[in-house]
Amino acid sequence: MTATALADLWTGFGVALEPHNLMWCVLGVIVGNMVGVLPGMGPLATISILLPLTFGIQPVGAILMLAGILYGAQYGGAICSVLLNLPCHPPHAVTCLDGFPLTQQGKGGVALGLSVLGSFIGASWGITEMIFLAPVLVELALQFGPAEICSLMLLGLLAGSTLARGSPIKGVAMTVIGLLFGIVGTDVQTGIERLTFGIAHLYDGVELVALALGIFGIAEFMNSVNKVSNLNLTYSNVRLKDMRPTKAELKRALPAMFRGTLVGSLCSLIPGTGPTIASFIAYATEKKLSRTPDKFGTGMIEGVVGPETATHSSIQGDFIPTMSLGIPGDAVMALLLGALMIQGIVPGPQLIKEHPDIFWGLVASFWIGNILLVIMNVPLIGLWVKMLAIPYKYLFPSALFFVCIGVYAANNDMFQVGETIVFGIFGYVLLRLGFHPAPMLLGFVLGPRFEETFRRALLLSRGDITVFVTRPISAFFLAICVLLIGAQIYVRLKNRKAEGGPVPAAETGA
Amino acid sequence: MNTASKRIAASARNWVRKRDFYAGALMILLGSVAALTGPTYQLGTLMNMGPGFMPTALGVVLILLGVIMAGAAVATPEGEDEDILPNPEWRGWACILAGPVVFIVLGMIGGLIPATFGCVFVAAFGDREATLKNSALLSVAVSAFSVAVFHYLLQIPLPLLTWRGL
Repeated sequence: MTATALADLWTGFGVALEPHNLMWCVLGVIVGNMVGVLPGMGPLATISILLPLTFGIQPVGAILMLAGILYGAQYGGAICSVLLNLPCHPPHAVTCLDGFPLTQQGKGGVALGLSVLGSFIGASWGITEMIFLAPVLVELALQFGPAEICSLMLLGLLAGSTLARGSPIKGVAMTVIGLLFGIVGTDVQTGIERLTFGIAHLYDGVELVALALGIFGIAEFMNSVNKVSNLNLTYSNVRLKDMRPTKAELKRALPAMFRGTLVGSLCSLIPGTGPTIASFIAYATEKKLSRTPDKFGTGMIEGVVGPETATHSSIQGDFIPTMSLGIPGDAVMALLLGALMIQGIVPGPQLIKEHPDIFWGLVASFWIGNILLVIMNVPLIGLWVKMLAIPYKYLFPSALFFVCIGVYAANNDMFQVGETIVFGIFGYVLLRLGFHPAPMLLGFVLGPRFEETFRRALLLSRGDITVFVTRPISAFFLAICVLLIGAQIYVRLKNRKAEGGPVPAAETGA
Repeated sequence: MNTASKRIAASARNWVRKRDFYAGALMILLGSVAALTGPTYQLGTLMNMGPGFMPTALGVVLILLGVIMAGAAVATPEGEDEDILPNPEWRGWACILAGPVVFIVLGMIGGLIPATFGCVFVAAFGDREATLKNSALLSVAVSAFSVAVFHYLLQIPLPLLTWRGL
């Protein structure tokens, strides 16, 4: 088992080190690193913009680059949080709490240096987990029939929507809307046009890029216009020699790194709990285990390193269900899976066997990319910080153009730019009404496959809907679904009692 | 009786001010569209499910979720969660939405250069501090980049500059 995994990994390195693949990987991590620093531009929007441009390149290169953007952005996000006290990306919000005080004490460089080290350790563990766990999961999943896969998808959708940010019920509503958007277009089995309302452009379905750029691009710009204030760049001058920690600091940080790794990898095993939750749990763990919990918030290095490590360990771990089962845990993973599907690759347990170059190439590229990021991060921090000086008023019009040309390039169709505008308005209305639209993408990407397996499961059972509870594995997944909902209701009721009002409960339900 | 009906009227007035009331209403509306259109595509049987089954089922679920959401808004105390439209940015929103519209129109009649320039130029005015000169400079810079990258490097099939008329 170990031997085959290592042999496969070796071939993976061969794939990832092919010059053109390596080039896409490097490009991905650099672009990711850059947008990770820029406030108002997240990995979601960036991946969506660059997605259409990957249609022309090989699937391996495409996925290497898009994945590189994701983890590259995490390294950048730490810079933003620590040096500028700016929680640009949700997983790094908690890093600000102790990161910025450290910067004010002149130790920002050390905090960054240690968090880069921690990130690398966390990511390495996540990758190792992927190498050994994914093939096992695949063996298991290949035994599943449509009923099991359907229940598993339901679990993934439910976890992804209720454990994400914001109110669980709104998250589920977003997923359902995503599933409905996934239905739009010609039904594969009967050829009937569904929910197209007679618009011929919609017969092929809603375009993934248009949906993603509407809700993560245009809606986000509408949300941040005239709100992003000028940045405080006083502390942002970090040099290489500032980043070297003292022995005492290293001794404090190392245990936090290992705890963060553990928290992150545990979180990645539970579907739906992405990096944001991992980093918050890691921070809470550090605070709880510390001998001086009251000092947190004044510049404790553990409070920076722990969450950062957990974020990276969890992000790499999130690739496991995505690549081995074809079930994404959050919107970014859904987008990456969507990218593979556009390239004509069917996600699911058979992916590793049918396209070993994609899976093992991706795993190998993770390591190459992470090493590159550790090396590059140091000299590039200065450059990124200079880019931060670009005011938002110049950033968003340029980004808006990239959104337009990105959507246009997807199919060379101006209609889809219009589609993006509509989704942008819709997404902004949802934001205003307190929804977090990210789970919509999850439902959209999984929707068609969910419906197909659901239909097939019922066809095989001759219309007997109890098949989902009589087959043990499927029943097990459904039981977890019920537990998940039960736990959410329990937490809500408890919070309501404790805080005397349902409003805070809705926000802490995550 | 009079006081009771007054109280109901007051709480109803309170209710329609809540954000979650509108959130729920929107979900009910979207759910109804799906649940009412779905059955027109043949529901089928459980054994042989028709194309209408999924949209109808999802629509019903969405309506239920909307009802719960809007219902929960009743329990919110007065004064909370009521700011549906705080500090509107009409100018910003209008410019951001106009940018892509300009891109479509100019892209169809004039090609890549006017589309890029127009889109960035219009969007830039979404910022309150935007000036004519800065916006024009930004638009020229982005247009130059766009021509180099999207036309020459990535070869997007959009002519640089033409006149196709409307």
